[in-house]
Amino acid sequence: MDFDPVFLSRLQFAWVIGWHILLPAFTVGAAAFIAVLEGYNLATGRDVYLRVSMFWIRIFSIAFGMGVVTGVVMPFQLGTNWSRYSDATANVLSPLFAYEGLTAFFLEAAFLGVLLFGRKLVPRWAHFVAALMVAMGTLFSSFWILSANSWMQTPAGYEIVDGRFFPTDWLQVIFNPSFPSRLAHTVVAFFITTGFVVLGVGAYLLRREKFAEEGRTMLSMTLWLLTALVPLQIFLGDHHGLNTLEHQPAKLAAIEARWETGRNVPLTLFAIPDEKTESNHAAIEIPGLGSLILTHKLDGEIKGLKDFPADQRPPVAIPFFAFRIMVGCAMLMLGIVLLGGWLRWRRRLTDTPLFLLLCQIATPIGFVAVIAGWAVTEVGRQPWTVYGLLRTAASVSPSLTGRDVAISLLAYMAVYLFMYPTGLFLMLRIVRAGPMPAAEGDATIEAGRPQAPVLAGAGVSGGSEP
Amino acid sequence: MSQVLDFVPIWTLILGIAVFFYVLLDGFDLGVGILYGFAPNTAARNTIMNSIAPIWDGNETWLVLGGLGLLAAFPLAFAIIIPAVYFPILVMLLALVFRGVAFEFRFRDAEHKTFWDHAFNYGSGIATFAQGVVLGSFIQGFRVSGRVFSGTSFDFLTPFSILTGIALLFGYGLLGAGWLILKTEGDLQDTARHQGSVCLIGVLAAIGTVSVWTPIMNPAIASRWFVFPNILFLAPVPLATAAAALLTWRALHSRSEVLPFVGGIGLFVLSFTGIAVSLYPMIVPHHFTLWEAASSDRTQAFLLVGTLVLLPVILMYTSWSYWVFRGKVRADIGYH
Repeated sequence: MDFDPVFLSRLQFAWVIGWHILLPAFTVGAAAFIAVLEGYNLATGRDVYLRVSMFWIRIFSIAFGMGVVTGVVMPFQLGTNWSRYSDATANVLSPLFAYEGLTAFFLEAAFLGVLLFGRKLVPRWAHFVAALMVAMGTLFSSFWILSANSWMQTPAGYEIVDGRFFPTDWLQVIFNPSFPSRLAHTVVAFFITTGFVVLGVGAYLLRREKFAEEGRTMLSMTLWLLTALVPLQIFLGDHHGLNTLEHQPAKLAAIEARWETGRNVPLTLFAIPDEKTESNHAAIEIPGLGSLILTHKLDGEIKGLKDFPADQRPPVAIPFFAFRIMVGCAMLMLGIVLLGGWLRWRRRLTDTPLFLLLCQIATPIGFVAVIAGWAVTEVGRQPWTVYGLLRTAASVSPSLTGRDVAISLLAYMAVYLFMYPTGLFLMLRIVRAGPMPAAEGDATIEAGRPQAPVLAGAGVSGGSEP
Repeated sequence: MSQVLDFVPIWTLILGIAVFFYVLLDGFDLGVGILYGFAPNTAARNTIMNSIAPIWDGNETWLVLGGLGLLAAFPLAFAIIIPAVYFPILVMLLALVFRGVAFEFRFRDAEHKTFWDHAFNYGSGIATFAQGVVLGSFIQGFRVSGRVFSGTSFDFLTPFSILTGIALLFGYGLLGAGWLILKTEGDLQDTARHQGSVCLIGVLAAIGTVSVWTPIMNPAIASRWFVFPNILFLAPVPLATAAAALLTWRALHSRSEVLPFVGGIGLFVLSFTGIAVSLYPMIVPHHFTLWEAASSDRTQAFLLVGTLVLLPVILMYTSWSYWVFRGKVRADIGYH
């Protein structure tokens, strides 16, 4: 059998980053949420914030641990499978990666230990600072990695010498044209993802009628946040779209499955794009709306895919459908937020069973939107690793055979398909056990040195649950 | 580009420090995982795991910094070496996945505690072995044409790289034993002292074998060490190694809780120095020097500014987090 090392390497990268991104999508927001809860508890002294915080710290610690180990995999992918990309781009991109490690990873790691295990060892304010540092670390991390990612989409501040990129202006490199809108769009997406997870879990706890106070706190706090963020995200997404129109017209054409350049183009709600015949089947379109949404002008021009040589076009179907899934998620999110706002106004937020059920079902909606959005932007970047300049096919490690990559891909698949369901199962188990009294959630033994660690509080270990 | 200041020696030093910190910190961390398999009962396993639970994540971060530091300062070396050790890296990463999630999963997944015990133990051992194989392949050198690795993905597999893989198991085991002597007491500490002694013998055998094998394998390395007057300047390295070995052995068999760990670190510093002396100034042995593989001045300068500020800060708050969890492992801190 003949395997293509380029295709398999792409598949492998998509696999390891696709699974990895699910974790920051949750932990970036969760770290901030925990820091806010710890701060509220410090300021108000109300026990409920502590209980909710400790509950989410338990879930966070599993997600973060998985995020660390899948994250360590990522930089090595650049070397194992994409060594020519590394050789070509390192002079420009490597400091951004390295700064992510220096500003974020160490900060998160050092303070995570204190956040998880140090509550009784440090003053309360220091524990709060630890929570704050972890949250800041996740944001620094997002900053640098999205800057590097954006540079691959919209390179700036470089010169090319002997086929390699060299920096000419660091500010232009870091703040490249698509970076600000991508950073805003992605971080808000991560916060929203966490928001819907907390909303869903809060709704679940309320439906169980056992942890009402904690459930109410989660539901109320996150619904306020989502009420602000979901509309903001739709605005940011639109802004990001304008950026893509300007800098990556071929990607936009693929997103819209638009083959012919035109003005006053329709909005395609659904179609089956056909790359062979360069046309769409079964298209459902709304006249004129496409130009208005994409360019904010009635007669705005949208470039069609036929304007680009066939070997410079991204695949069409994946960006097209993934984009519609993402926007669909946004509409659902907006619906839930509006409904929640109306119920809050009617003072029926926490006792409308159908709404609580809806929130619970919507728990994973942010993850779906994030993965879809990621597919739009990364598949839409093809066939380039550095947009318009370095081809994906020219980026792969030359020593790799198809068989090498097939073996490694299968290994990554096997391990991730085992680890992720296990992690999810264990997090769901924590959710099912629910929050517990603050004193019990942390530790029950007084300081001292017993011969062996005691299995504290049956509920903590989770295993002795009925 | 006009060369105002040569950043290469500075970056060599910084990268050396980063790799050394990784080897030291994740070394004892993985070593503890290796020794974990020999623990007599659940209580001992709990204590051993809790001795590193709050800090393993930070220790592993040095691996990321080492990898990214190599990419940033010597990208050509990164682009040649990493694909050349494709499978050892794959195995290392997957082993690290298992041993990393084992911390949380073992604690939350009581029904499968034994499975996660194994995951932690074997994951630590396999990751260590894979790192040793990477080290051995690196010392042996790679086939290169132009700017790319031109061998196959199985070139890494040689008797020498297997030897260095086994050597590192003993080496990390020694560091792990030193850490456990520091963090535990009673029977557990006695066991660690015994394990440390076994590992020390293994380490010395490995250092001896590698020291004979490397100059035979590579005449350039032989002439580096054994030609007059180099032999005079370099003689302190093997002499100090012998002294450190003796000190470690005696510390393992004394009441000292700190010296075994310090002795283990000393042996690593000296081995590290030995490798550096053998290979300098090559970063891709036989092919590219540090200067040839270096990134542009602008790249190195831009990253240096931040690194000089951030690295001391990192060391400060990392020390603080270690200080918070100082002393013997407490049963009420960590997973229970």
